[in-house]
Amino acid sequence: MARLNETSMRIANDILGRYPVRKSALIPLLHLAQEQDGWVSEEAMAHIAELIGITPAEVLGTCSFYEMFKRSPVGEYRINICHGISCHLVGAEDLIEHAEHTLGVRAGSITDDGKISFEGVECIAACTEAPCLQVNYRYRNNVTTDDFDELVEGIRNGSVAVPPHGTLAATRQLIPEDKAAGNAMVDDPTPPAWWPAPQPEEGSANG
Amino acid sequence: MSDATETTDEIETDEVEEVEAPAPDPGVEITVNGQSLHATPGRMLIDACEDAGVYIPRFCYHPRMTPVGMCRMCLVEVDTGRGPALQPSCMLTVSPGMTVETESDATKKAQDGVLELLLINHPLDCPVCDKGGECPLQDQTMSYGPGESRFVEEKRHFEKPIPISENVYLDRERCILCDRCTRFAKEVAGDPLIHFIERGNNTEVNTFPDDPFASHFSGNTVQICPVGALTAKPYRFKARPWDLIEIESTYPNAMGDRVTVQASRNEILRYQGVDSDAVNWGWLADRDRFSFEATMANTRLGDPLVRGNALGSPDPDGSELVSTTWSAALGQAAEALAAARAAGGPTSIGVIGGARLTNESQYAWAKLAKGIIGTDNVDAQLGDGIPADVVAAMPRATIDQACAPGGTVVLISGDPKEELGTLYLRLRHACENDDVTLIELTPNETGLSRHATQSMRVLPGELGVVADAIVSGQPGADIGLSTNGDLATAHAAVTAAENLTVIVGRTSLAEHAALTVEAINAFARIDGVRFLSALRRGNVHGAIDLGLAPGLLPGRTALASARNWFGDAWQTLPLDTGLDTAGMLQAAATGRIDVLVLLGSDPLRDFADPELARAALAGAGTVIAVDCFINDSIAVGADIVLPAAAFGETAGSHTNLESRITPIRPLVTPPGTARADWMIAAELAFRMGEDLGFESVEAITDEIASVSALHGAATAQAIDQAHDGIIADGAAIAQAPQFVWTDLGAPESAIPVDSYSYRLVIDRTMYDSGTQTAACQSLAPLAADGAVRLNPGDAGRLGVVDGVTVRISSKRASVEGPVIVDERISRGVAAIAHNHPGLDARSLVDREQTITDVRVETL
Amino acid sequence: MVEKIVTRRFDNLNAHEIAEYEASGGYQALRAMLTRTPAEIHDEVRNASLLGRGGAGFPAGVKWGFCPPGVWPRYLVVNGDESEPGTYKDRQLLERDPHQIIEGCLIACYAVGLTQCFLYIRGEMAHAQERVAQALNEAYAAGYVGKNILGTDFSVDIVLHWGAGAYIVGEETALIESLEGNRGMPRLKPPFFPAAVGLYGQPTIVNNVETLANLPWIIERGADDFTAMGAENSKGTRVFAVSGHVNNPGVFEVEFGVTTFRDIIEGSDYAGGVRNGKKLKAFIPGGASAIWFFEEHLDLPLEKVAVDQAGSMLGSGAIVVMDEDTDMVRACHNIVRFFARESCGKCTPCREGTTWLERILSRIIAGHGRPSDLSLLTEVCENISPGMAWPPRMTTICPLGPSAVSPIASVIDRYRNEFDSYITLSDRSVIEVSAAGMNA
Repeated sequence: MARLNETSMRIANDILGRYPVRKSALIPLLHLAQEQDGWVSEEAMAHIAELIGITPAEVLGTCSFYEMFKRSPVGEYRINICHGISCHLVGAEDLIEHAEHTLGVRAGSITDDGKISFEGVECIAACTEAPCLQVNYRYRNNVTTDDFDELVEGIRNGSVAVPPHGTLAATRQLIPEDKAAGNAMVDDPTPPAWWPAPQPEEGSANG
Repeated sequence: MSDATETTDEIETDEVEEVEAPAPDPGVEITVNGQSLHATPGRMLIDACEDAGVYIPRFCYHPRMTPVGMCRMCLVEVDTGRGPALQPSCMLTVSPGMTVETESDATKKAQDGVLELLLINHPLDCPVCDKGGECPLQDQTMSYGPGESRFVEEKRHFEKPIPISENVYLDRERCILCDRCTRFAKEVAGDPLIHFIERGNNTEVNTFPDDPFASHFSGNTVQICPVGALTAKPYRFKARPWDLIEIESTYPNAMGDRVTVQASRNEILRYQGVDSDAVNWGWLADRDRFSFEATMANTRLGDPLVRGNALGSPDPDGSELVSTTWSAALGQAAEALAAARAAGGPTSIGVIGGARLTNESQYAWAKLAKGIIGTDNVDAQLGDGIPADVVAAMPRATIDQACAPGGTVVLISGDPKEELGTLYLRLRHACENDDVTLIELTPNETGLSRHATQSMRVLPGELGVVADAIVSGQPGADIGLSTNGDLATAHAAVTAAENLTVIVGRTSLAEHAALTVEAINAFARIDGVRFLSALRRGNVHGAIDLGLAPGLLPGRTALASARNWFGDAWQTLPLDTGLDTAGMLQAAATGRIDVLVLLGSDPLRDFADPELARAALAGAGTVIAVDCFINDSIAVGADIVLPAAAFGETAGSHTNLESRITPIRPLVTPPGTARADWMIAAELAFRMGEDLGFESVEAITDEIASVSALHGAATAQAIDQAHDGIIADGAAIAQAPQFVWTDLGAPESAIPVDSYSYRLVIDRTMYDSGTQTAACQSLAPLAADGAVRLNPGDAGRLGVVDGVTVRISSKRASVEGPVIVDERISRGVAAIAHNHPGLDARSLVDREQTITDVRVETL
Repeated sequence: MVEKIVTRRFDNLNAHEIAEYEASGGYQALRAMLTRTPAEIHDEVRNASLLGRGGAGFPAGVKWGFCPPGVWPRYLVVNGDESEPGTYKDRQLLERDPHQIIEGCLIACYAVGLTQCFLYIRGEMAHAQERVAQALNEAYAAGYVGKNILGTDFSVDIVLHWGAGAYIVGEETALIESLEGNRGMPRLKPPFFPAAVGLYGQPTIVNNVETLANLPWIIERGADDFTAMGAENSKGTRVFAVSGHVNNPGVFEVEFGVTTFRDIIEGSDYAGGVRNGKKLKAFIPGGASAIWFFEEHLDLPLEKVAVDQAGSMLGSGAIVVMDEDTDMVRACHNIVRFFARESCGKCTPCREGTTWLERILSRIIAGHGRPSDLSLLTEVCENISPGMAWPPRMTTICPLGPSAVSPIASVIDRYRNEFDSYITLSDRSVIEVSAAGMNA
């Protein structure tokens, strides 16, 4: 587990270029590190600190605030069973209990083979499809206990098409150089080019 | 999270007012608990209330840091016209007509509620907590808190105190997450190495693993911690606050940091910073904060020593320093002084040192040397400073003037972060918060480089030319690492500056002081420029102002021109301008000086030419040392050692780099029979059949005020009562002495480094092997082993990495030491910090040369 | 059924593709806008009285006007960090019609002079990120976003940014902190009103996804058409997600003020009534932060003022229905636990208070309750939200702490018997709900 590799660095530089202030790239870069290794190592945090020009403690401060960043190795597949209020009302706790039996570990743990981590999580915004869960942040809706067992089976036999933990979006945003408007730098007080010169917005804003 | 919980319409309405509210009129009238009062516009409500004698409890608020409104202890009911609402008084500036209730039921209920919530996870270990007895949380709880906790759940647990740096321990169970230490680390010190980690109820303060809070200022977090979460190793379990006695004083560093000295049973146990608005804002560098360990060290000298058995000592070889009585030691010293004066005249006596002393002791020694003995061979600096006449003639700035919003500062000195800790904090704040333009002219990056508007790399040998080019605006070409464009930009900045301060010290001991003087000369041509001296040694500014320098008398009075108006004050005056330290050592080495007095100085360690220092100690007939410790020079060469009282044990006053005179007050007695330096001078005078004319510190202070126009306002009473001290104002000198600065002619052109060589820079760090730091058990381990620091590019060219031993050779000598690769070092520079174990770069330096170039070779 | 605005393309499962979007009138508002001045566009939106759809319901056009004149640059931050329990609308808008959001961003940027836009999407929504990334890539390629949009002077980058799991980041100042790479801890207002002091200290407009989704329609059709829909104080439509114990949970766009809670919960076009023929016990009208409603509130119209006056809020458009068998203590605990876990830890009452509430409720459910616990719960609530009133007064920095008080305030008196039965253990027949996972 390590610093960002060459491939990651190419993406990292792209990301860093999209913000007027480098530190704004911190969360995206932590995701990138997690995508590379499946979790966020100390080496990666130290590397990101260098890239942004802040201390590793500052990186850790941000990293540890957000639940998605895992600072120790986790299963290749992370199952997050929603126990938000909508799912709670329709049996989320039963599903979690079932999952504990099926996987043989308590919620918040990792299976012995290191393949699957699972835990109960707060609302994942699929409330009308309750109970629901995510596998590496890909949704499964209206999940029955049978559905769950099938899912686990599928993960174990490789038939579940979900990218490994850490992979966030399969599609990345690309801003072509010739199309980019450029960052709005904090110290550039130039009004927007399309902004009418003589009268600022007073007329409309306070009218 | 939905915006449902973001803002209510009511809050949005505030937004309209926030944007459109006019600036408050001067003198804002507000009502606090029914009483009408006028507050300063822009004042935080919590401060405005305190100004009016209404104290609002707080934990997170600290007036020297950005308010965060986190602890919620300072909630009060505020009505700004839309009915009373609970508001954090630390985040609210006063506005006209504001009505505030700090004692209402709603306010009390809110504050009690916050207190209860703070306590639910706070351990009840007050009896074993260092903070117990001076703990704001404890105090609040005793005054207002609930009797018994209703929290029956298990408290939050963390591993008990963990070290977060060499000298600071963190107990996360006691922490109330007020963000003071973490804000200090980021905002004030600029070392954000501690941070909030995790979230919500699991939040803790911690460092990154294996990356300690190695800040030069870490001790301040202990002082500002409102609970016992942060404790300092040197103080842990040493005392209870109610056993402490304390006194406000001035720490004898060049900044003159205001401190409280605290002691118990005649033992100093702690220094705390005092929030002096003009000086240190309550902060201290760790080196100073924890230096009381040196004062209390068992290596302190308690009795006079003499070498050999001349006075019937039991040492049969006659080569060791042995204890003796004061009368024997003083008698022997006075005899040596009298004999030397009789035989070789007054100039056969020299005094080196004195920056450690109080103003009063400095005056006493200046009077003894110049006014009684009649020698001008007196120098408080050890060749590593700036000629005293130049310092005396510089128009001075105060720190506040230098740091005033919108000002411009040119920095020509060693790294303030290493040498003048609290000045660094003030400058950093000025750059970050008050829009001060900083232009650095230093050989390598400093702690301030990242805050500088323009950080220029000026190698030894280039300073005079670069300064001249910046001032004249006619560079014509690149100079060293400074491009023509850089120079033009700097020229534009300094000429446009309405408030220009040049902070000046020595950037390298391996560069001749003449270059610094050239730079001062250049900047002095700008109208209205002011200087702030960055000389770092203790009370060196007092020493210069009180005449512990060749050619000077007390009050920045030139010996050569001031005889007429100073002569009456002292019975005699030296005939000629005397020697500086280098001259005295040379004279001692060649037998022209017979008695050398080391007044708290260690030339063997601190003078740029250790070989000469050694020869001088051997060559002098008698070496008399006045000191707190046996240093290298004393061990090797002193014949008579007179133990001196240290800071905390003596009374007097101190002069800081602004010329601010503030009181030094005693709290404990010196070890053994050690005495104040001025008493030793008075006794020596007495034994030489003379009389210095004073018997108390106050009498000396008042004599200074009477003989020195510069010190006219600084009477003993005035100093004692002044809030932020008294500035010894150069303008007060009735007949300002006309100094002629060394005429160096046109600046030399820059001396290029040849492609095989490195320019040697000898700089300083906060923790070195200096006597005081070495005597502190908590600080001594922080002095790193000596090393040569190289730019990564140069290290790559040499094929060396961290830790590889290299040979560094000049025309004069050759030394070996390990490499540290450091990107803050300029290309072409070999930087070696002075006074670190294992690598002494001084022998490489030829003091007669402007610069020293070295070869660096792998072995 | 009423005309739909933001979900109008939901029938087309390929609406996320640029060709489909264009074919259904997409980017026409952008073209039309570019022939008009920014002030005219701003006026149009102000005249539409478009209320913010995130929850606070503040008029977007007025909010835009708070940027101090002459201060540049200004930023747009899109709040797509939808995490309020029960809420499921922004994710659909992002996944199913991402170009509509992009076009909405462009309208806001043009009208207010915002020169860079950051589209902050909740970290857990991988699919939404993919859809938006794809849509942005298409829009850049087509010249709708970026430099000199459609050959005009209008240039703006829209940067897709993603969160990493922290509910509090939905609070607009916390969102800005997070976007700056910091811990998502809210800033105090004042002085940190984003429109004046926002991202990087610059004027910043923070708008919710659904708010922006309305803009293309408003520019296409005009403010008059928009204000023709809805109620006196709530114009246009609103998307509601109805979940919990209903027959047909779903996401419905309805006209403000015309539809009632009874319509949307019981109507056959909507959620189709409480499932299994049970009776309604309670419902949450606007996300987990809201005070709960009961049977007597069913006939209130879905309209801001009416709901405010009844003592709760429409909030994030999340209606969660609980049937007669619901264990109110456990439901209450579920929501309190949520807020305790999501507290950022910045201010004392929220950090310590919400956790304490959760632990008391846990203890009650585990059978270790004390008779004094109910008054203790109330008093801890009072320390977070004095008076436990609505809208909440707070000792906290942001409304998260008081949100944890809402469920307790909603049920502690009305269903005190259920608490009592846990504490006395004399009657556990209230409802049998598996205890599993309660302490997970």
